[in-house]
Amino acid sequence: MTIHHKKESEYVGNVPDRRGHFGDYGGRFVPETLMPALNELEKAYKAIKKDKTFIQEFSYILGDYVGRPTPLYEAKRLAEAVGGRIKVFLKREDLTHTGAHKINNTIGQALLARRMGKRRIIAETGAGQHGVATATACALFGLKCEVYMGVKDTVRQAMNVYRMELAGAKVLPVSSGTQTLKDATNEAIRDWVTNVKDTHYIIGSVVGPHPYPMMVRDFQSVIGQEIKKQIKKQAGQMPDVILACVGGGSNAMGAFFPFVRETDVRLIGVEAAGEGLDTDHHSATLTVGRPGVLHGKLTYLLQDRWGQIKGAHSLAPGLDYPGVGPEHSFLKDVQRAEYVCVDDEEALEGFMLLCEIEGIIPALESAHAVAYLRKLAPMLKDGSVVVINLSGRGDKDVATVSDILRSRKPGA
Amino acid sequence: MNRIDKVFERLAAEQKKALIPFVTAGDPCLDSTEMIVLEMVKQGADIIELGMPFSDPLADGPTIQASALRALDGGVNTAQILELVKSLHQKIQTPIVAMGYYNPILQYGLEQFAKDAADAGVDGTIIADLPLEEADKWGACAEKYGICNIFLVAPTTPLERAKKIACKSRGFLYYVSVAGITGARTNLPADIVANIKALKAVSPVPVAVGFGVSQPEHVEMLSKVADGVIVGSAIVKIIERNLEKSQGHTLSFSIQGMAELGDFVGRLKEKT
Repeated sequence: MTIHHKKESEYVGNVPDRRGHFGDYGGRFVPETLMPALNELEKAYKAIKKDKTFIQEFSYILGDYVGRPTPLYEAKRLAEAVGGRIKVFLKREDLTHTGAHKINNTIGQALLARRMGKRRIIAETGAGQHGVATATACALFGLKCEVYMGVKDTVRQAMNVYRMELAGAKVLPVSSGTQTLKDATNEAIRDWVTNVKDTHYIIGSVVGPHPYPMMVRDFQSVIGQEIKKQIKKQAGQMPDVILACVGGGSNAMGAFFPFVRETDVRLIGVEAAGEGLDTDHHSATLTVGRPGVLHGKLTYLLQDRWGQIKGAHSLAPGLDYPGVGPEHSFLKDVQRAEYVCVDDEEALEGFMLLCEIEGIIPALESAHAVAYLRKLAPMLKDGSVVVINLSGRGDKDVATVSDILRSRKPGA
Repeated sequence: MNRIDKVFERLAAEQKKALIPFVTAGDPCLDSTEMIVLEMVKQGADIIELGMPFSDPLADGPTIQASALRALDGGVNTAQILELVKSLHQKIQTPIVAMGYYNPILQYGLEQFAKDAADAGVDGTIIADLPLEEADKWGACAEKYGICNIFLVAPTTPLERAKKIACKSRGFLYYVSVAGITGARTNLPADIVANIKALKAVSPVPVAVGFGVSQPEHVEMLSKVADGVIVGSAIVKIIERNLEKSQGHTLSFSIQGMAELGDFVGRLKEKT
């Protein structure tokens, strides 16, 4: 299919349109059963956006409960390790309550669900971070919570399964298809179609049908807004580059969005090349995918020539998704953001590097952004200011990493 | 006049309702599908709903999910499905409606698909994830090549909206009997008759009911109010129960299975 390229200036700041289209992307490709619920959600969301009581309550919880604003930390030893000519700042989303940026969105959506009178919440999760953040928000607001998670992910992120259960949520393992995020999302949508009257579906990324990509972006934009204030104070300038990992793309969208109009700021999204782009085991949707429709939106997808969706792969379960948020597809086409990728091995090196020289254990997802810094640094001008959105902490990945390292020891 | 309109016109004259059975193309192989469709027509099927398998069928329950997966595992693709329709139309004049998801059609190319499908004799399309607001492009292509794009209305759809959808629907309107996914159900919702009546009052095209319909008694009850009845999962279950592994581990549909399926379709048709 053809995608019409228009100048970024025609669009930037004006998307999505009334029907949820970001240029040619986005939209609402769902069974009719869900259309009235999406209309209702859109209406409710528009109302709370202007509602002072809602905004006050949301800010209060983000402050006193989530722990915002999160620090913008200058990682001097990391800067030195990549050549020493640039300044590197880490936006510490890993320091939020529950340990990842996901909580910004789940608090917002759970508050909204409560206003809409929906007592039951469902969610999908890959790495388990969104599941934990959803379970947490539901515990806080007294909502019933059920989380769909691929069987494969329940094994490799077992700690997060337990955390969800501790918060009173029910984890529903999904054994169909890829047994990862893609099929967990299918099951969550099937549940929603069936129980739409009393249930709100908290989607965890800037994906799904309109208004989700817009709404999740808005809730996550607190990241970029804080970066803007903090960097001015700490570096005396706007950042030259913002780096963030991209699976569905919510942490990246949250960090990018407040800078989209600041065209001097380079926005770089880092996808997972998994075992390599020449294999079938990667999640580099924007890098090598083609536009198509999955889970309610038109966006870049990994698919075969007949439009069947391919399984994705990444060492980082949160990036293991064959689609991406439609606004990223749009930002790529209008060339406002760049999308690159790093493979499993490089991500692992990024993970180790940050542990060893900064004493910060990043999530394997976020480690992709750290890893790309090593490739990017030599190409930057002296004194450049780079912000990496450190979207989550890596406690959940410690077992995965230790298994890999142990298997590599001689005699193992 | 297209074949779907003709069928409803003929049935109206006979004071009968349409039986619309569903089968997934390529489950377990395309040859079986051809024989299944011919048998269903022999037993009185008025319109055939031919499933185009998709890797992520989010409006479908476990039965049709598994069916789509078997078909995809067997390597079936869109071009082969159109060949199947062409081959079928050399033997039968029964309308064939392709039911599927948007992405495979989008990747084929909307205009190209409309052209090739029309050439093959596809009479209509039902696209589960293409609601009114997103359907303009496909609707225009379908119209151009004389394919009926059939829309769905759900129990959650407000009547005003249902009216708008019905006016855009060609051939017939598909009423989804329950808020949920496809799958055989023992009981149908209590408000179903009232909902169909309300819908028929605003729809310029015939209304057919599907989702959950699994027994001759359901067909009998629905035939009193609707213009057609769609049966999917209950038929696919018969196929699932009667699969045989032949040499090379390929699956085939057994002869006993075909007899059971034919008998079931015949019993459904008696109730229309």
